[in-house]
Amino acid sequence: MMPGRLASTALAVVFLTMVVPADAATIEITMENLVISPAEISAKVGDTIQWVNKDVFAHTATARNGDFDVTLPPNKSAASVLKKAGTIEYYCRYHPNMKAMLKVEP
Amino acid sequence: MFIRPSAAIAAAVLLSSPVLPQGARAADKLTDPQIAHIAYTAGVIDINAAKQAMKKAKNKDVKAFAEDMVRDHEAVNKQALALVKKLNVTPEDNDTSKALSKQASEKLAELDKLSGAAFDKAYVANEVAYHKTVNGALETQLIPSASNAELKNLLQTGLKIFQGHEQHAEHVAAELK
Repeated sequence: MMPGRLASTALAVVFLTMVVPADAATIEITMENLVISPAEISAKVGDTIQWVNKDVFAHTATARNGDFDVTLPPNKSAASVLKKAGTIEYYCRYHPNMKAMLKVEP
Repeated sequence: MFIRPSAAIAAAVLLSSPVLPQGARAADKLTDPQIAHIAYTAGVIDINAAKQAMKKAKNKDVKAFAEDMVRDHEAVNKQALALVKKLNVTPEDNDTSKALSKQASEKLAELDKLSGAAFDKAYVANEVAYHKTVNGALETQLIPSASNAELKNLLQTGLKIFQGHEQHAEHVAAELK
């Protein structure tokens, strides 16, 4: 029994360190009434952004540097995991007035 | 600019017809069924213009803008239909709606004769003017006249998104130069 338990614990440790860095967080960014909020937020590589579209309009979260381009149908949400550090300006391609900033720390 | 802005005429219609004469304001106040009809008609007009542009436009930003117009105006009109159904209101045709539709079909015919860059320019110029007109009407007449709070709210959402369209159209127009 012991060796088995040890092995699975070891496996769990491996998985945890590989897949979910200890401090990975989920950060919610909302699009409502044609406004992205928060307009500026910091996150870390490995964090998940939960994009929530509360409008009846379709939106996108499109990074100006090409890092991501998420399409959000009306009243839908989507998740994306941050893979690269950097200060990313992003906007909605359909409503270019909707702009925001995401600071991704290593 | 040699493009005759039909929107200017539509503006004149909206601003001078039953709607604004100061003295008779209370008597001529638009009713909610009329407001709903005008707002819906204004949306349909822009959708039809955009569908024409999706077929005829050459420039990719103009095409993308037209797609944006169809997507957003259909979304607003879908909300409007759901609301009138919920409120059990039948939109009522009126002189402003009729004048808008007439102007719009003339503009469609006019733009239909153009092609290539000339079409792109004329379409976008008209979109700027048209959204200006509709936004002005929403701000000064339709929203203040609306009695039902939900209708007022939807018109306000519409105004916000159409103001974005106006700026987007201005931006596309500037890029076409």
